[in-house]
Amino acid sequence: MDILPILSTLRRHKLTSWLLILEIALTCAIVCNAVFLIGQRLQRMDMPSGVAEHELLQIQVADVMPPSNPYTRLAEDLAVLRQVPGVLSVASSNQVPFGSSSSNGNIMLDPTQRERTLNAGTYFGENLAQTLGTRLVSGRDLQPDDFVDVDTAMKALGTGDSKGLPHVTLITRTLAERLWPGQNPLGRIIYLAPEVGLRVVGVLDSLARANAYDAAKAQYTMVVPLRMGANKDQSYLIRTRPEDRASVMAAALAALKKADPQRVVTTQRSFDEVRRKFFQDDRAMAGMLVGVIAALLIVTALGIVGLASFWVAQRRRTIGVRRALGATRRNILNYFQTENFLLATIGIALGMVLAYGINLFLMLHYELPRLPAVYFPVGAIVLWLIGQVAVLGPALRAAAVPPVVATRSV
Amino acid sequence: MFGYYIDLAWRSLRRNKVLTALMVIAIAVGIGASMTTLTVMHLLSGDPVPTRSGTLFYPQVDPDPSPTASHQPYDVMDYRSALDLWNAHRADRQAMVTSSQLRLTAPQVNLPPLMAQMLSTTSDFFPMFDVPFRYGGGWTAQDDENRARVAVISSDLNNKLFNGADSVGRTLRLKDADVRIIGVLAPWWPSPQFYDVAGGRFSNGDTAGFYSRPEDVFVPFQSSLEINAGGFQPFTCWSMPGDPVHLQNSPCVWVALWVQLDSAAKVGSYRRFVADYATQQKALGRFVHADNTQLRSLMGWLDFNQVVPSDVRLQTWLAFAFLLICLFNTVGLLLAKFLRRAGEIGVRRALGASRAAVFAQCLVEAGLIGLLGGAGGLLLTLFGLWLVRSQPIEYADLVHLDTTMFLATFALAIAASLLAGVLPALRASRMTPSLQLKTL
Repeated sequence: MDILPILSTLRRHKLTSWLLILEIALTCAIVCNAVFLIGQRLQRMDMPSGVAEHELLQIQVADVMPPSNPYTRLAEDLAVLRQVPGVLSVASSNQVPFGSSSSNGNIMLDPTQRERTLNAGTYFGENLAQTLGTRLVSGRDLQPDDFVDVDTAMKALGTGDSKGLPHVTLITRTLAERLWPGQNPLGRIIYLAPEVGLRVVGVLDSLARANAYDAAKAQYTMVVPLRMGANKDQSYLIRTRPEDRASVMAAALAALKKADPQRVVTTQRSFDEVRRKFFQDDRAMAGMLVGVIAALLIVTALGIVGLASFWVAQRRRTIGVRRALGATRRNILNYFQTENFLLATIGIALGMVLAYGINLFLMLHYELPRLPAVYFPVGAIVLWLIGQVAVLGPALRAAAVPPVVATRSV
Repeated sequence: MFGYYIDLAWRSLRRNKVLTALMVIAIAVGIGASMTTLTVMHLLSGDPVPTRSGTLFYPQVDPDPSPTASHQPYDVMDYRSALDLWNAHRADRQAMVTSSQLRLTAPQVNLPPLMAQMLSTTSDFFPMFDVPFRYGGGWTAQDDENRARVAVISSDLNNKLFNGADSVGRTLRLKDADVRIIGVLAPWWPSPQFYDVAGGRFSNGDTAGFYSRPEDVFVPFQSSLEINAGGFQPFTCWSMPGDPVHLQNSPCVWVALWVQLDSAAKVGSYRRFVADYATQQKALGRFVHADNTQLRSLMGWLDFNQVVPSDVRLQTWLAFAFLLICLFNTVGLLLAKFLRRAGEIGVRRALGASRAAVFAQCLVEAGLIGLLGGAGGLLLTLFGLWLVRSQPIEYADLVHLDTTMFLATFALAIAASLLAGVLPALRASRMTPSLQLKTL
């Protein structure tokens, strides 16, 4: 196929050609970045929680009358829940992974340190690691005699009495690796306050924090042996079989209501719902981006159809002359296809530069990573295909121009 | 003349329906997308107290005693600093605010107890923020001092508990305390819910929560501390609180202070007052970083917290890029259309039409396309806003098309299409009539 005659024709239609090229370039740049953003969101939505997601239920209740002893009340509630048929394990917790409402502590490696080393999600509650289903990779789980009542700990902190304070903790593998890279974390001590030193007795495979907004710090979590009372913002976590979740939830709520008919259930959800709610913005954004990409590609395709039709109509006589001089229908078809391919190629080349520029802007303002190079060829192929599909109709119409047109009205 | 051009444009548009439809659709889709996001932006970045936001300020001090200086003071204040500054009454009006959750029941109303959001504040809150009342009114400074057991409730709560009837004088039970309702608000939903805004810079752009509804019940600050003791959550603590029930003396920040300052001179003197207070507290040994104080304006504070969710900003960028592509599309199609009519334009020029007349005629045609595109864009905008409303986000119920945005839709559509029409119209008006006539 001869490219030179096409180029010389395009040179006569500079303005329209450039418009098409710019449209393709902009579309290419935006589609590349939008696809990349979708990928980022999907990757975020896949963030591991480290818990047995399809087997967990969360219930939060608020008591109308404050219980006389919140600790016995909590123990009673847990006992009631343990009796519910289908329940495999029960725990109390101050937060759940991806639950949004979080409790965090500043970790120091040295009690005299002025600045915190990092901020980590601090889980507390009984029987937590086992119920959540997070795997212990080394060391031991928390034992009942490790536990201290929250109020006792608070009082101990006030009086400086170290006896009432917790002394051990479980941390995640990611946190251990961040604090002591390449070393055995077991037996080491972290400080939540100069007086509160916790010895690492076990390492958890994975446990996401409740406010896992930053993927890099999502696994910075620890479990502290503090026992909560039923007067805090505590959650009851129930582990059950996936297929029993609905029935167990109903039975658990009934059992809790029976224990105290006056109480208000403030939260009742499965962990699947927790995850869905936490990532709902990401899902909505990804959906919107898909819509934008589709609309953009359609608009660009329509633009190509419009301009190509115009060119075909304008060159009707030229086409007739070429046909009369011996050009086949295929030649004419190829001519318009090649023309479109050339325009699309220039547009894509420009679009790549623009895509890179937009990515730099996004990196600056939205803390996004660099656009991986793989997006460029994919974007190019998509736009080439769209261009070819869009031009096919007008090009076929051009190929159908009969040679006799050449003899008319010259 | 204009009427004639419109007639010409209309005929021309009808001659090639497919091309016209393509252009109108392109403009409509572009306008629909950008107006949807622009409307959301407009609602989220608006002024929550349009009558007097310029006079509202947010003082901050740094009570953190750790020796290393932080760059910014905490987003809210510790109880003592807030109370001291409030007690000084150096501003035209001042209100302490903090929000907490508690159990609420209405005796004589047969509804299960509900967990309600309570705003603890002081009497100036209502006049200062122009809070509209449906029944009754706010409490007085005397009530603040006497720790009166009174409450103002939101219109939503009044509808839920009392079916919208005048409930002034009735009793609510907050946790275990009875309070008397003295005021019922008219529907009030500032966007964002500015007086609770704090911590935006830690939220990673996920700030939709700032657009939730105001609290259900408003109670005098000191009364609420007694009623909901233990129910207050600190914003953050610089060391472990010894007593989690009474936050008044804890090393925690949890109270915000808003002040109204009616003149620039007062702003200057209040700024000095806050700085002097910090210096004095340093002398008393309570503060370490006395120079770390701030007095931001309401809008400045909202900007600092980046209240507009980053997703919304990203969507707006995207929508305008989209509109740009639609415009390129329209320019190309208009060019095709006008150049195709070269013969007709040649005849008009030969018969005496000036270049300006041809240019004007082409622009009128472009404008007409813009008008049609605007109408389509309006429908798409309404559809887009309906989509936004169906999302599970806090500000979903706020989203609607107001008159400004309705008019802006058409203005944007016509401006965009005129812009797109300039180049093709120029090209069309520059054509040499003789050349075109020869080929006829």
